[in-house]
Amino acid sequence: MGRTLAEALIAAHTTDPVEPGSICRVRVDFAFANDITGAPAISEFARMGAERVFDPYRCAIVPDHFTPNKDIASARQVQAARNFAREQGMLFWEVGRAGVEHAFLPEKGLILPGEVILGADSHTCTGGALGAFATGVGSTDLAAAWALGETWFRVPPTIRVVVEGEASPWVTGKDLVLTLIGMIGVEGARYAALQFEGPAIDALPMDDRFTVANMAVEAGAKAGLFVPDGKTLGYANKRAARPFEPVFPDPDAIYGQTIRMDASGLQPVVALPHLPSNVKPASECGALELDQVFIGSCTNGRLRDLELAAAVLKGRTVHEKVRLVVIPATAEVFAEALKRGYIETFLEAGAAISTATCGPCLGGHYGILAPGERCLSTSNRNFVGRMGHAASELILSSPLVAAASAVTGRVTDPREIMTGSELPAGGESE
Amino acid sequence: MSDRFSGKAWVYGDNVDTDVIIPARYLSTSDPVELAPHCMEDMDADFMKRMAPGDVLVAGNNFGCGSSREHAPLAIKGAGVSCVIAASFARIFFRNALNIGLPILECPEASRGIKAGSRVEVDLAQGRIRNLDTGEEFSAKPFPPFLRDLVARGGLVPTVRARLEERRRNPS
Repeated sequence: MGRTLAEALIAAHTTDPVEPGSICRVRVDFAFANDITGAPAISEFARMGAERVFDPYRCAIVPDHFTPNKDIASARQVQAARNFAREQGMLFWEVGRAGVEHAFLPEKGLILPGEVILGADSHTCTGGALGAFATGVGSTDLAAAWALGETWFRVPPTIRVVVEGEASPWVTGKDLVLTLIGMIGVEGARYAALQFEGPAIDALPMDDRFTVANMAVEAGAKAGLFVPDGKTLGYANKRAARPFEPVFPDPDAIYGQTIRMDASGLQPVVALPHLPSNVKPASECGALELDQVFIGSCTNGRLRDLELAAAVLKGRTVHEKVRLVVIPATAEVFAEALKRGYIETFLEAGAAISTATCGPCLGGHYGILAPGERCLSTSNRNFVGRMGHAASELILSSPLVAAASAVTGRVTDPREIMTGSELPAGGESE
Repeated sequence: MSDRFSGKAWVYGDNVDTDVIIPARYLSTSDPVELAPHCMEDMDADFMKRMAPGDVLVAGNNFGCGSSREHAPLAIKGAGVSCVIAASFARIFFRNALNIGLPILECPEASRGIKAGSRVEVDLAQGRIRNLDTGEEFSAKPFPPFLRDLVARGGLVPTVRARLEERRRNPS
């Protein structure tokens, strides 16, 4: 019987029989934590009686959540992570050279096609854009992977998402994935693997594929997988930190479910409070006034995202009542955005710009909301209290909608304020 | 922890996410004692003021969705909650709870049939849930044998410890 991409990836890493629902002991290619999830992983690692991580070049801690250290308690967590990483000889990067883990690790060639990746962060599924079985776990599971070089998985059923047609240039990967989550709900793919296919998926630049894979967990999915193609291999080949072997699904694979979407019918959307599935066309939400706009995060802090935001903000200014916070997701993205003039555009428009951090996305720092405030964000979840006070509101969107809304001070479809000729060409930006 | 306990039910709806179970502003520590006072704070500010150790959380679908933070089951366990019963669990929370030894039961019927404030009795080994106010009984979905073993061994830490000891005895 043919295998789905998820089954083929698991089969390449286990000697156990791989059938839907079976539990397999699986070899792990790379296992990472961040400054928040690292601390409990380090203490559990010790409680397990483990002494050395299974391979220091395949184990990492990325200090990205509460960094640059927001207070003394956070500084201590990062210190503990740094000390552990040094003692183990494993990968660790200081602020200024690092970035938001799910943007940074693919950039460093540490997440590669055909691999099994475990991260103590729910958005580890971002790595699925490269055709890796990448999934989030808690700190104890991560500590076990550091100790053993393996984990266990129940083989998930696969939901194939086939996207036909051609999307308008105003429609980004974010609009596609929010529309999907709006259709299937926040547990529509609970425990399943999503496998994205079709002409509109093939047409997505890598940065948009990362966005789509990143949001798979917001539908409850264990993984959000793209079948490797020329773009994937082009991205991976020039960055790979180790040899890799891409894995593909069989043509006769059996899928639990197939969802078909037509990209030509998509439009810029937003997810209203307090669930990523509460999706509406941006054009219908113009009455919602904003106090803050955030462009960044592991979902939409990459170069293509900043390119689109800069296209909107070029020659325009941020509304006087709005704070616009822009956080390039990695040092490399920041440097390239600077070279291309995007950073200058943001500054001239009146934005506040920070070094790479998860910061406001999870209510850490650099843009926390007061009670009654409303923020439009390019991040991934809009749960109660996610970016600050429990009585604040968060709306999710693409960088195009976010930048347009920063200009008008209310939720805005970018077509309302600009023409298509102002948009950069689609395709690769890296 | 014993396999049988009873307590008052605290009932919540679908998609209780880990941000409301323990907001990120408290994640500068992973000590259950420090996390527990803020458990469910953004959803039900009265929860920690009024709950008693041994009480049971009852919720709808997709309990624990969102962030992978193990701090969520740690905060619930630290608060003294004896068990979480839900119609379904988000997958990372599910693993985390079993790994750290927070008892969870998946049971859509109990999730629908138990009202806030009901007295609930749970037999974890049997997966039986009893509403002491109405006498209704529910059976939770049994775990596969692999997970039953994990729970019986006391979670993931002792399981990995045993695997490491085995490897030291029989290096391959």
